[in-house]
Amino acid sequence: MDSNDFLNICGAKSALAIHPDDNVAVVLADLAAGESCLVRNSNGAEYSVTALEDIGFGHKIVLSDIAGEGKVIKYGEEIGRVNKPVAKGAWVHNHNMVCLRGR
Amino acid sequence: MADTFCGFEREDGSYGVRNHVAVIPSVFCAAKVAERIAGNVPGCVAFRHPVGCSQVGNDLETTARTLIGIGRNPNIAAVLVVGLGCERFTPAELAEGIASSGKKLDVVVIQEIGDSIRAVEKGTRIARKMLQAVSRERRRETPVSHLMIGLNCGGSDMTSGLVANPALGLASDRLVSQGGSSILSELTELVGTQHILARRGINEKIGKDIKDAIDATEARLIRQTRESTNENRRHLISTGNYDGGLSSVVEKSLGSMKKSGERAKFVEVFATGAVPKNRGLLLMDGPGHDGEVATGQAAAGAQIMCFPTGRGTPTGFPGVPVIKITGNPRTFERMVTNLDVNAGEVLLGKKSLSEMGDIIYQEILAVASGKFCKAEQLGHDELFCVTRKP
Repeated sequence: MDSNDFLNICGAKSALAIHPDDNVAVVLADLAAGESCLVRNSNGAEYSVTALEDIGFGHKIVLSDIAGEGKVIKYGEEIGRVNKPVAKGAWVHNHNMVCLRGR
Repeated sequence: MADTFCGFEREDGSYGVRNHVAVIPSVFCAAKVAERIAGNVPGCVAFRHPVGCSQVGNDLETTARTLIGIGRNPNIAAVLVVGLGCERFTPAELAEGIASSGKKLDVVVIQEIGDSIRAVEKGTRIARKMLQAVSRERRRETPVSHLMIGLNCGGSDMTSGLVANPALGLASDRLVSQGGSSILSELTELVGTQHILARRGINEKIGKDIKDAIDATEARLIRQTRESTNENRRHLISTGNYDGGLSSVVEKSLGSMKKSGERAKFVEVFATGAVPKNRGLLLMDGPGHDGEVATGQAAAGAQIMCFPTGRGTPTGFPGVPVIKITGNPRTFERMVTNLDVNAGEVLLGKKSLSEMGDIIYQEILAVASGKFCKAEQLGHDELFCVTRKP
């Protein structure tokens, strides 16, 4: 399967990881704390990640623990850095991520 | 064997995907006469604009080059220039700029002929003859290396950066790999990605050109936001963007940049109003307004535009098909009469991103060979808008 392909899991609560290097995925349904979603990886892999907190449709869930000041990677590129350690399953957004450009 | 489409061969060796007679005013004062002439002869397209006089320097030059470029666009088979007679950008200069393309060409000047009624009458008679002559042109098969597409987007939502733009990027990569051309623009939507795009320059010089162009755009935006006394005019990223899940301007810009694919290398950076010297992946230096982008791309020679829109916008361009692609399956359902491709099937898991890239590529070839896109079917032509450089 092409690296850009997403698996057909229509119907389940899912999230899309766009690039193989990404450490975040975009959730395609509202997730409540404790709820799991199936992450469709661009490699074709799919795996379950449990949300540590409520995460709204279109927002980003962390796929692997990010250390303090670590990079948030989406599209295979740095979109910002966290300002404290952020765990797998957490919501990452402008409350815990900083980007110095164009605010 | 290269992919092909069926287009109209022009004297200058280019291929049109449409076969229109253009009625172009050299100045806004001639806009209504131009519009009435085109209205009298179905098959003609009018290019109404608010410029052509009371301008100087680079601003007037950009207007001149843009209007000449529109007249030279391969989709235009013949041009009727309509002038007033005392404007700074003269009808003769507009006609002269178009003439070397070898197109059928004529000029009507209102002050010379007497009044607007007589100008409409004379113009209508000329346009009718032109249309009859160009209607004999036939499509013939030619490689996609003769195709140039413009990448543009508007009315974006979270599905645009997530699926529609990346899928369009795959189609763009494929077109460029076959020798075709694709223009990325909207520099205001690329701020924060200059270090990434610079890596995609075909050599160091082009990489630097890319970085310099986006740096200059970013500096201008920062100055403009500082100058504003209204707090609500200062943000490069909107509250709506944040609410939708975007956390930084870099994240937003990456989603926009994805329209240009991943594999193809940029071969040239050119300014709005200019015609690129090279074929391949191109960056047009200009602002992010939908219409200004589309107009610069058409003036550069783009025969088709590809336009992702998550929320759905019906806009089109006179004489140039605009293929609307939405990543939002709900928007597609609601606006199916305005939208051409449902990239939302990727979100639903019904199609992979690469399959969607193929669908978009095939749609481009179909439209290039004559298939009407939705914006054409409904007569949408709002995107013609000449950039001002005051």
